Amino acid sequence: MHLHHQKHHQTYITNYNKALEQLDDAMTKGDASTVVKLQSAIKFNGGGHVNHSIFWKNLAPIHEGGGEPPKGSLGWAIDNNFGSLEALIQKMNAEGAALQGSGWVWLGVDKELNRLIVETTGNQDPLVTKGPSLVPLLGIDVWEHAYYLQYKNVRPDYLKNIWKVMNWKYASEVYEKEFPES
Amino acid sequence: MALRTLLTRKNLANSPMGMLGLRGLQTFSLPDLPYDYGTLEPAISGDIMQLHHQKHHQTYITNYNKALEQLDDAVAKGDASAAVKLQSAIKFNGGGHVNHSIFWKNLAPIREGGGEPPKSSLGWAIDNHFGSLEVLIQKMNAEGAALQGSGWVWLGVDKEFKRLVVETTANQDPLVTKGPSLVPLLGIDVWEHAYYLQYKNVRPDYLKNIWKVINWKYASEVYEKECP
Repeated sequence: MHLHHQKHHQTYITNYNKALEQLDDAMTKGDASTVVKLQSAIKFNGGGHVNHSIFWKNLAPIHEGGGEPPKGSLGWAIDNNFGSLEALIQKMNAEGAALQGSGWVWLGVDKELNRLIVETTGNQDPLVTKGPSLVPLLGIDVWEHAYYLQYKNVRPDYLKNIWKVMNWKYASEVYEKEFPES
Repeated sequence: MALRTLLTRKNLANSPMGMLGLRGLQTFSLPDLPYDYGTLEPAISGDIMQLHHQKHHQTYITNYNKALEQLDDAVAKGDASAAVKLQSAIKFNGGGHVNHSIFWKNLAPIREGGGEPPKSSLGWAIDNHFGSLEVLIQKMNAEGAALQGSGWVWLGVDKEFKRLVVETTANQDPLVTKGPSLVPLLGIDVWEHAYYLQYKNVRPDYLKNIWKVINWKYASEVYEKECP
């Protein structure tokens, strides 16, 4: 957690800020070539900042509700979309384990269709890159840096255990904001 | 295709073909390292070498063999949809096997020549293309450090143009995916599993240190074969 927060996330922020300044400069000068060239750094580092900011809120200590299953409208929506919470977890774990290289596995909601979805993104691509109306509820970082010191190559064990500290309260809040209960 | 028409299931029912399947499918096994896990220290820890070889590379081989069998089956059945669907697993796991097999040969303990600069034709070609060995190393380290996500940084030779290249590939894509005439001389794995236990997030330190155990003898052999 310490390394992930203070080194990895910090580095994304540092490099995002740098890229933003360079972008600002290029836009002021009307330098389209540089503006386009910077998009890779913007996407990667900006995405890294966006994704990790969500991730910290997705986790909580057990004594603060981490691991407690979702209630209310999100709990009902999960049963409706996936059959059960267990089925959702199994699906996310399977897709997270199978992800080639670095990336994230997401539980999201399509705010247009009011449907829950499970998606993966590569590297630091935010969920929105998979669909403009997708809103992230939970993201699990499956980059090796997220688990290697503890779980080594056994990503499935990391995925099995992370649910014990999943902050469903936050996910429910985001879901209810998109679909307020009438 | 000729093999398939000549050999039927009936003919081969009792064939002692071992690793060759009924249709001549060759599967793979983990190659031994030509050195002990701890002999690349302090550049790369023994823990990393052991995990990297026995877990990561082995898993690519296991999954590649599985995908090959499924592909063989799908092709025999004429199931084009399944054959196409399997290409992702073939590329990823087959690439992982190809790349790591090269990687183990790219490394050597210091007392076996690891780190010794390249001489003769490869050394000359490096000076010619990049100016100096130091410049090449700097270039590879910069590109390796900047690589987004998981992948490899390569020194290769374009066998058509007889020109050295520095390239990166993502995930387990082999160098040939960047150009059909590219031949890998050296590859550096920049997946986090290749360095994290020892170097944590500081990939540049890993890249700086790995040159102390790079096996230039192997790279020279490959180069001299392509450019005699």
